[in-house]
Amino acid sequence: MMLNVKGVEKRFGTLEVLKGIDLNVEQGDVVAILGPSGSGKTTLLRCMNFLERADSGTLVFDGEKFDLARMNKKDILRLRRKTAFVFQNYNLFLNKTALENVMEGLVTARKMPKEEARAKAERALERVGLLDRKDHYPAQLSGGQQQRAAIARALATDPEIIYFDEPTSALDPELIGEVLAVMRKLAEEGMTMLVVTHEMNFARNVSTKVVFMEDGSVVETAPAKDFFDNPREERVKAFLQTVERAP
Amino acid sequence: MNQRLLGILVDSFPKILIPGLTRTIPLTVISFSLAMVIAVAVALVQFADIKGLKQVCRFYIWVIRGTPLLVQLFVVFFGLPHVGVVIEPFTAAILVFSVNEGAYAAEIIRAALESVPAGQLEAGYCVGMSYLQVIRRIVLPQALRTAFPSLANSLIAMLKDTSLVSVVTVTEMMMVTKQINAIYYEPLALYLETAVIYLMFCTVLTKLQSWGERKLSAYERKEAAA
Repeated sequence: MMLNVKGVEKRFGTLEVLKGIDLNVEQGDVVAILGPSGSGKTTLLRCMNFLERADSGTLVFDGEKFDLARMNKKDILRLRRKTAFVFQNYNLFLNKTALENVMEGLVTARKMPKEEARAKAERALERVGLLDRKDHYPAQLSGGQQQRAAIARALATDPEIIYFDEPTSALDPELIGEVLAVMRKLAEEGMTMLVVTHEMNFARNVSTKVVFMEDGSVVETAPAKDFFDNPREERVKAFLQTVERAP
Repeated sequence: MNQRLLGILVDSFPKILIPGLTRTIPLTVISFSLAMVIAVAVALVQFADIKGLKQVCRFYIWVIRGTPLLVQLFVVFFGLPHVGVVIEPFTAAILVFSVNEGAYAAEIIRAALESVPAGQLEAGYCVGMSYLQVIRRIVLPQALRTAFPSLANSLIAMLKDTSLVSVVTVTEMMMVTKQINAIYYEPLALYLETAVIYLMFCTVLTKLQSWGERKLSAYERKEAAA
């Protein structure tokens, strides 16, 4: 086992957003987290990378156990350097070119020599098909290109897992395909991924496992095929019907 | 224009310009540089919400912005010697101008820091950077770009405000003009001449501002450089 979270709880004021979430991710898993808006999917992902502090819960990463509510800065930094995060709004560093964006985590955070980092960053950009745009600033790239650059930035640091927070939700429809294609390629190469998404086709065809959340709780966890072909829970059936009825 | 007046103006031009170059410009450049150091520090303390120090910074800004620059100059130049603290006029002027400008610029930079989207910081953390690395590499460069036009504005205002130090015996352009005027009594022509020299200095600063803005905004342009 590689990543395991247990009993994650989070509230914003009086609003209970996560009501005790358990989740397992094995090496090479592509886990899709599905569920209606407001079900707590994004908050869960953000708690797992400490962008939000959970009120309680534990996290086991590579056999090492952490208390999510009481992490110290050092552990947070150390864990973050083993993971990567892809945001809905890309969040590329606006003052840096695509190449500099990818190099930043290597040179500044990991103290890698510049030339080595440049070579590594260029390989990462090549993997997402963006090497020819390496000297462009985010403002000069389309949404799809920015998100691919963000994926390259995530890849370059050799993470053990990449968290994706609705990576295609902010994209124009015609740009979604290029990002999903990159993600599918990563999945095929064996990258461990945890993906909050509304892309049913991706969840069905690329992910190995689906976690369905509603109202701050996990309703069903199943292999992707079972989840779509034989959902157990009524709420999942209702959700899938609504989604598949949509034009 | 009669021959006498023209002679006075031609004769006085270098006499006014030289203290401009040796006093006004150095006073502005040194004070503004020190003010930037103060401002960045004070803005960062507030942005990072460092308890205790933050209250000290708010107090500093409150006092400096709430009292006139001329009063501050008088306190340091005439007030402090009264209790035994004597500071040479040019040094006193630098002290007052940097502390004064630091308070205003701190507010400009604080606002600019706060305008950097939270996602920029989060992305920095997620590639494994520490808080200080995120501030130094991501937030501060973007904030200074945002603050640049306002800071350039303050610099231009400050250059002109240095004329105030003539009242605390620093022999800058205004002081020299007054002295020349005391000899020839041509206030309109002489003060206009001084105004023109200030305008020349500010024109250079305005040009520098446009150049700086063009340089700094490279990453905001839609089309890539060839």
